[in-house]
Amino acid sequence: MAKFINHTINILPVLFEGLGVTLKLTVISAIFGTLLGLLAALARISRNPLLSAPAAAYVNLFRGTPLLLQLLTIYNALPQVGIKIPAFQAAVLGYSLNAGAYIAEIVRAAIQSIDRGQMEAARSLGMSYGLAMRRVILPQTYRRLLPPMVNELSALTKDTSLASTISILELMKYSNQFVSRTNLAWQTYIWTAAFYMVVTMSLSALASRMEKKLEARG
Amino acid sequence: MAEPIIVIEGLKKSFGKLEVLKGIDLTVHRGEVVVVIGPSGSGKSTLLRCINFLEQPTAGRVLFQGEEVGQRLVDGRLVPLPEKVLDAQRARMGMVFQRFNLFPHMTALENVIEAPVQVRKMPRAEAEQLGLRLLRRVGLADKAGQYPNFLSGGQQQRVAIARALAMEPDVMLFDEPTSALDPELVGEVLQVMQDLANDGMTMVVVTHEMGFAREVGDRVIFMDGGLIVEEGPPEQIFGEPRHQRTREFLSKVLH
Ligand SMILES: Nc1ncnc2c1ncn2[C@@H]1O[C@H](COP(=O)(O)OP(=O)(O)OP(=O)(O)O)[C@@H](O)[C@H]1O
Ligand SMILES: [Mg+2]
Repeated sequence: MAKFINHTINILPVLFEGLGVTLKLTVISAIFGTLLGLLAALARISRNPLLSAPAAAYVNLFRGTPLLLQLLTIYNALPQVGIKIPAFQAAVLGYSLNAGAYIAEIVRAAIQSIDRGQMEAARSLGMSYGLAMRRVILPQTYRRLLPPMVNELSALTKDTSLASTISILELMKYSNQFVSRTNLAWQTYIWTAAFYMVVTMSLSALASRMEKKLEARG
Repeated sequence: MAEPIIVIEGLKKSFGKLEVLKGIDLTVHRGEVVVVIGPSGSGKSTLLRCINFLEQPTAGRVLFQGEEVGQRLVDGRLVPLPEKVLDAQRARMGMVFQRFNLFPHMTALENVIEAPVQVRKMPRAEAEQLGLRLLRRVGLADKAGQYPNFLSGGQQQRVAIARALAMEPDVMLFDEPTSALDPELVGEVLQVMQDLANDGMTMVVVTHEMGFAREVGDRVIFMDGGLIVEEGPPEQIFGEPRHQRTREFLSKVLH
């Protein structure tokens, strides 16, 4: 028992350091990914092919290839054509682009699930397409967006563990390093799992609170 | 006679190969209540939706207060108008839908003031005054803070009418406003529409309510197969219809 407490005292500070990086990477990528996903979704449903075609190409590219390949391309291949991006920024870029592609599909599906009559009612009042989208359509998608967005952001949280492959020191990397140093694989990995779970379950809890609030509208 | 507000000339509309409107000519004058009747699929909704360009006519034109709506004929081709122009035209036409289409994330009052605030840039306090006045007019002042899902169908439709009126439109278009309602709720909506007609609103009403057509309509249009088969004052259409198809239709819906 004393040994267990001793190990824990040694492990936790190390893991906390990693968790900080993981959270930073996740939150920043989630914000950019959501913005990007929203824009890509709007572009994709546009009737203007100059908007919808590039958006479709982007979504297909990033959903159709492995995340690891995307990260490595940004980190290893871009410098060969003269685009050098520091590791952390490269990771943010990769995760944002990847999450953006998935979020674009989530948002698009949510928008298209809203009854066509809503847009027609808004337009018949003289609202522009953009105004109708912003004031009438998008707010109605929030409730439907919550569950798939929680999935996506949880996936993003867990996928940041791949960032160690482009030399980012995050939770997984710290954890692994600690194991190689101490051989305390079980203790370390269980604590690591607990850290990831706290993050993903907080997300779910936050979402269900928001869901309750939105439900008040009947 | 009063000035024409809507002038429809040679209006045609096809969905792919299916020609739904085959050449409609119709003029609606200020203060007039025009009731459109006809069998299912005859193109009544499509006609109404072409007036405010929710559907894009394939040929012909719709003039609203002298302006072509949504598109203009230039060198024999229909060219869309700038979106801003179309939005401004639509703002002056109210539309009421069969399935209400209230915004479910907004209260009754928020539904009513949304367009005045966002489109007409009316100060919120002023818009709320207007909104409450309109809700009172449709008998729903006490439901201002209620979300649509907590209202009955009849109440929802009355809020929808108030919402359309909030833009102070020059004409109101109704597409079967009572068809989705339980029978006991139809009366309250028709009453509001009748009051509106009495106040001098110009109205184009697609409906299966023959009582309303007879009592409130100034003119009844009978459509079938994408054409206006017959039109005239209610007494004539219901009393002595000239066309066989009108008689057949009326004998079906009146019995
Ligand atoms: N968006 C559309 N795409 C294809 N066909 C359509 C579309 N809208 C309407 N139609 C067709 O056009 C025809 C006329 O439809 P419309 O809704 O105008 O009839 P209606 O007279 O309003 O009928 P109802 O009394 O059933 O409402 C129908 O055959 C319908 O299937
Ligand atoms: Mg119809």
